[in-house]
Amino acid sequence: MNDEPKKPGQDELPADEGGAETTPESPEADAPEAAEADDQAKAEAKAKAEAVAKAKAAAEAKAAAEAAKPPWEKLPVAPEDEDATDDPLVAALREQHGEAIESAFLCAGDLRVQVARSAIADVCRSLKIDHDFTMAEDLCGVHYPGREVGEFEVVYHLYNIPENRRLRLKVAAGEGESVPTVALVHRGFNWLEREAYDMYGIRFEGHPDMTRILLWEGFNGYPLRKDFPVEGIDTGSAIYPEYYDESAGPVTGTGTGWRPQPPPEPEPEPGAAAGEAEEGEG
Amino acid sequence: MTEPGSGAQTLFDLKEMELNFGPQHPSTHGVLRLKLKVDGERIVDCYPIIGYLHRGTEKLFELHPYFQNVPHTDRMDYVAAATNNLAYVAAVERLFGLTVPPRARYIRTLLCELQRISSHLLWLATHAIDIGAMTPFFYTFREREIILDLFEEYCGARLTLNCMRPGGQPFDLTVGWEERCREFIDDFPSKIDEYEGLLTENRIWKKRTVGVGVLDPDVAVDYGVTGPLLRGSGVNWDLRKATPYEAYGEVEFDVPLGKNGDTYDRYIIRMEEMRQSSRIITQCLDKLPEGKIMAHRPRVMKGPKVGEAYAAIEAPKGVLGFYIVSDGKPGPYRCRVRPPSFMNLQVLPEMTRNHLLSDLVAIIGTTDIVLGEIDR
Repeated sequence: MNDEPKKPGQDELPADEGGAETTPESPEADAPEAAEADDQAKAEAKAKAEAVAKAKAAAEAKAAAEAAKPPWEKLPVAPEDEDATDDPLVAALREQHGEAIESAFLCAGDLRVQVARSAIADVCRSLKIDHDFTMAEDLCGVHYPGREVGEFEVVYHLYNIPENRRLRLKVAAGEGESVPTVALVHRGFNWLEREAYDMYGIRFEGHPDMTRILLWEGFNGYPLRKDFPVEGIDTGSAIYPEYYDESAGPVTGTGTGWRPQPPPEPEPEPGAAAGEAEEGEG
Repeated sequence: MTEPGSGAQTLFDLKEMELNFGPQHPSTHGVLRLKLKVDGERIVDCYPIIGYLHRGTEKLFELHPYFQNVPHTDRMDYVAAATNNLAYVAAVERLFGLTVPPRARYIRTLLCELQRISSHLLWLATHAIDIGAMTPFFYTFREREIILDLFEEYCGARLTLNCMRPGGQPFDLTVGWEERCREFIDDFPSKIDEYEGLLTENRIWKKRTVGVGVLDPDVAVDYGVTGPLLRGSGVNWDLRKATPYEAYGEVEFDVPLGKNGDTYDRYIIRMEEMRQSSRIITQCLDKLPEGKIMAHRPRVMKGPKVGEAYAAIEAPKGVLGFYIVSDGKPGPYRCRVRPPSFMNLQVLPEMTRNHLLSDLVAIIGTTDIVLGEIDR
């Protein structure tokens, strides 16, 4: 850094002399060039450092501004899953049910516990009796075609009114596997289990009234499964078994034999008709 | 004449008989069918049959992106569309991690409380007509009309509002809306006095409602019953207080509770809820902050992360929840609706047992069901 002021002077001198004696003192001639290059590099480095510092400051200012912004001005950040195995409730359940409590996560304030299929009724009962989860809030099915641990999932929502706490239990079930009913623990789950059966075909073992609830009793198929067509299917065979084969129904356009009529042909003009007639005669 | 106990039955031997009630009956509030077992005029058992209005809304949710699903929610509880919108957008906001600006939160609270009043007014009108009091219908529809006009002014629709978006509100309040709303709400408590003057101490009304359809608090919780039905039985659970959402944490209001859990208590509670709603609306109008109404978000929202979210709010009929499962695509993988009326209807057999057939109509009225929400 100290050399810097001198260098311009040194630069000039060799440049003047350089015309006469460039060849013998090549190292000296190199030196100014090297110095020049060095100088340039240094200046560049300095500029770079300055730019970096500036950018850093700008970024910091931006970050500070971003941090100072109210949350609705920031870009949304989706909530993350956290492991909740050490949650006191989960620990208590583990103690009671052991391996039946498979995993526990906390996401956006909701505790989510994966439970073994065979133990769900017992887990619900102990939650109701020992942990005050008395409110049967919701039960629904979800369909994951081709999933290894079981194609279907039953999701239970329980609520603890005194502590204002919600708990989500999940059970996996394969096609044809039945889930123990919780309708005898919380009577509110009675209709909800019927709905899950109606929509997904998940059977609940020990349910007092395992019939369809929203669709009619002869409906063919489970409409919320992913492979069920949105347009729906015909279930005519259930109403008119004498007309349709099993699991078949009316096909579009065949029912009554009615077809859209083709538009009437325009009447030929009198002149043209006369001409035609003449031609025919000819 | 057949010998008693010979097995053959004549009309006079028959003790219990089955009776179909609905689905096309004016007092079933839609297309609800009840299979009744009656002994004379006494109801022995009741088996509700639902599904006549099933439209597959949960399947439709899976077809559209998150931001185009709001109109579907209007069609569920079609007399309280604003609260349906709020429950859905709250679940989507939780899934995306969106935060709503304060002004939008206050506007949402205003709309939801107006919606609660209008829903309770419709309930009062139909409930009173079911029991035989014609006049309250004309009184309540007078006020409901003003609320629907306020909605129309805000979003252009009177019933199917579609008035909320994930992240905030689509429109700001129109010029003069606040004044008109305040004018209505300042006057409204006196209107409630008018309805109460017609019914609360009315001897016929009390004869038809006191002690009718008693719901035990433990039974109510066990069945997942929510809303005024649950609070009528004395269970203090109102999500607006328990887990305050939108602006409910910043306003003062009371949660009315019943003692006997009968039809009369539930009537008193809904009347008091309307008063509390007008209190909330007045405070919201006083505190209404200035500023943005929509959160900062990319113009085209990509799908959220793989995950799930559940959000529940206190709708006029009870706890309305949405459970959304995401697989990272722009639309929900599964969107489950937890309808309050569905759970409230389930307890009907418990409430009607050993009542007279004419009380059944009062009990259906007091559950305040909307079949569009039950069948979805």
